[in-house]
Amino acid sequence: MIDDTVAQRVLGTALSTGGDFAEIFAEDRRSSAAHFDDGRVEQLSSGRDRGAGIRVVRGDTTGFAHTSDLTESGLSAAATAAGAAARGGGGGVREVALTRRNPDRPSEVEILPQDVPKSAKVDLLEAADDAARSQGGAIHQVSVSYADGRRQILVANSDGLLATDDQVRTRFMVQAVATGDTGMQTGYEGPGATVGFEMYDDVDVTEVARTAARRALAMLKARPAPTGTLPVVLRKGAGGVLFHEACGHGLEADLVGKDASVFRGKVGEMVASPLVTLVDDGTYGREWGTYAIDDEGHRAQRNTLISEGALTDYMWDFLRARKEGRESSGNGRRQSYQHLPMVRMTNTYVLAGQDDPEEIIRQTAHGIYCVQLGGGQVNTTTGDFVFGMTEAYMISNGEITEPVRAANLIGNGPEVLKAIDAVGNDFDTWAGTCGKDGQGVPVSAGQPTLRVSAMTVGGTAR
Amino acid sequence: MSDTDLLGLVERVVGWVGEGEAVEAYTARSRHTEVRAYEGEVESLSSAETEGIGIRVIAGGRQGFAYAATLDEAIVAETLAEARDNATFGTVDPFAGLAAPDGVAPAEIDLWHDELADFPTADKVALAIEVERVTRAAEPRIKGVETASYDDVSSEAAVASSAGIRASTRRTVCSVYIDAMATDGEQTQTGYGYSVARRPGDLDVAKAAADAAHRATRLLGARKPPSRHLTVFFDPIVTASLLGLLSRALSGEAVLKGRSMFADREGEVVGAASLTLVDDPTNPLAYGAGRFDAEGLATRRNLLLDGGVVAGFLHNSYTGRRSGKASTGSAVRGGFKGSPGVGSRALSLAPGELSQEELLATFGEGLLVQSVTGMHSGSSAVSGDFSVGIEGLMVREGVAAEPVREATVASTLQRMLHDVAAVGADQEWLPGSAAGVTLVVGDMSLSGS
Repeated sequence: MIDDTVAQRVLGTALSTGGDFAEIFAEDRRSSAAHFDDGRVEQLSSGRDRGAGIRVVRGDTTGFAHTSDLTESGLSAAATAAGAAARGGGGGVREVALTRRNPDRPSEVEILPQDVPKSAKVDLLEAADDAARSQGGAIHQVSVSYADGRRQILVANSDGLLATDDQVRTRFMVQAVATGDTGMQTGYEGPGATVGFEMYDDVDVTEVARTAARRALAMLKARPAPTGTLPVVLRKGAGGVLFHEACGHGLEADLVGKDASVFRGKVGEMVASPLVTLVDDGTYGREWGTYAIDDEGHRAQRNTLISEGALTDYMWDFLRARKEGRESSGNGRRQSYQHLPMVRMTNTYVLAGQDDPEEIIRQTAHGIYCVQLGGGQVNTTTGDFVFGMTEAYMISNGEITEPVRAANLIGNGPEVLKAIDAVGNDFDTWAGTCGKDGQGVPVSAGQPTLRVSAMTVGGTAR
Repeated sequence: MSDTDLLGLVERVVGWVGEGEAVEAYTARSRHTEVRAYEGEVESLSSAETEGIGIRVIAGGRQGFAYAATLDEAIVAETLAEARDNATFGTVDPFAGLAAPDGVAPAEIDLWHDELADFPTADKVALAIEVERVTRAAEPRIKGVETASYDDVSSEAAVASSAGIRASTRRTVCSVYIDAMATDGEQTQTGYGYSVARRPGDLDVAKAAADAAHRATRLLGARKPPSRHLTVFFDPIVTASLLGLLSRALSGEAVLKGRSMFADREGEVVGAASLTLVDDPTNPLAYGAGRFDAEGLATRRNLLLDGGVVAGFLHNSYTGRRSGKASTGSAVRGGFKGSPGVGSRALSLAPGELSQEELLATFGEGLLVQSVTGMHSGSSAVSGDFSVGIEGLMVREGVAAEPVREATVASTLQRMLHDVAAVGADQEWLPGSAAGVTLVVGDMSLSGS
């Protein structure tokens, strides 16, 4: 994307106003999507984004500028703007020597999506629509989306780092709408992985579609969710969102550094039930949040955040780590070259425990069983967080009974982590998009079946 | 800014139209500055210009789309070729087509202020530092800020098509935003404040700071309330996001595709008589205002709910044609990266007679909701299920009383519309696509301990 010698000269320009660190992040992204809705292939679309963001750090101030012009003159103009923004004054010339670093790739892409005929992508949509509608006449609408993206990045900085990565992601999403006496209900399923078109060797799109349709149909029979506090059993997989919200964001070093986290100053302390070991692992398999290097050029790592209930560490990006005189944990990410990086999660999951998942349900007298969650939100300063249940059932006398309608659950991170009283020996993951300060990045969450002894359920039942 | 003439560019692209096809090109360019202050210093200063083009091709009743985040002419030509190729894979749809000029004249509104383009960076920095300083000084219990920022954007867009469309728009907007943290003993609470304007001279830093400090400190000591049914008073900013959720069910696309609870209900009563909802992007006070929609048709005032009755739906040219109606000038897109959908841009409820204070005094008891979380995780405009996390204050004897947190309020959108007891007089235009106003909804479920 950018020649090594050009990068060196541009970094020199960036530092010419007295900055003490400069970085070029260049990105070339190609994406394609196909959308099927209302019984027809509505549209195929393709996109191309290419450009570079340049940041200059001087003391505690960061200057940033970006450009879609990757020529030396375009990059130099952005470097000058970023340097000026960092408010330097007469720093003189600094030479930058770059060393190319080639990290081990966590996954090799077998089939680049751009090499697959568009007709093959369209075939997947039609098969999924058929499968969803075959689940019954109450399914009256189906939308299916295929998406793939290839993101080639290059990071060069004034510490001499030069690193590249080639990230390919593939996603398939089905939403079904069912209609009955109680109105309409939706069901959703959307697997995604950091792989190419070979994802479809493992993912059967007709099964994805049937799952979405079954979910919508089940919710037609749902009764209003209860109010008040109840034990909540989270099925393996989707419940990982709980940890993403309950403590993941609060363990991001940028928020901790501003005292905007209930977990500040708690390293070494017990912050969760001893049954909980939580990791954030950017190297994990072919998961949705996996990469070789982060968007600051640092290798993805497996970081243990909570070990048997004790807080072991926060997640770090380069800037926050540099301030503390330590290494980045490989969590510096950005939505695109148009954004500054910040501390972000990758694949965040709780390790499996000892309990039999069925036994966890059997030992719950009265509670909620969550099968699918639909995202959440947290106030890291207070620790209060919500997450939505999009498929859930009542548990009565240890049995899963009738479905309940969509509602949010609310809790306080430190309290909920300590209230986990059973952790299953199973495990699954869930792909989603995490938003922070207006930037979205792909992440996954995972966990075994587990139980929170009490959470507030945001329903309406009297 | 790069000096490419946007309208000239899209007209050139449309000139490349082939036989038997229709072409629409939409281009946008924006310049954005963001300053973040922390502890009296600049934490970050970003300045950036973004530009790009999105091209839609319709041939033989099939639609294809492609975009590129550059105006480089060689890549623009490749983008047209890609959109053309994409169109060959669509399903034939007799209603597929572009918007055609409909003779409606655009509103004479000017949303652009040169003052913003000429505003020196040093002054932007000073505003960000000032909003942080004033907030920290507002109250001894304000111990920190999470975010203190100044943002502005100047944007221009142009659209042209082989169906005869030719339109361009431009606008400026700037804002200051602050998230304050108040601490009292062991507990820390947060509160937001902001001011938004079309030019920097109209920003009210003192108000943003005072609001953030007030919101954060009044939540100190908040506890989880017991569960009960009660009247809920939604603060204006919360009402605005509620209207955004509701408006999805008033999109002609949702109606056509069977995803709207209001399908087949035009002319029927769906809510309280005090509910009159309008989407009017010709109102220059709205931050979503604009002379043209995303397909280049003039925007217009659309009445959606009239005294609780469904008065109409929003349409772009496709949904209008398929519904046997005309476009309501309500095509929207997520920038140049998307093809036109349908959406609201300037929603407002017809305001009532009473201020928030008077509403609390009139209704006497309930819950004042200052902020909500999870609006998109526990609620659905399709089913109508509504459940959100809240922070706020109990209302007792006509005034705001003790603060509450870690609770939810829930109902269904269908019921809430009927349970609307009053709309406040305190309408204010907010960043985004709706005006805020205090909204009083009876009989909602508060879930806590």
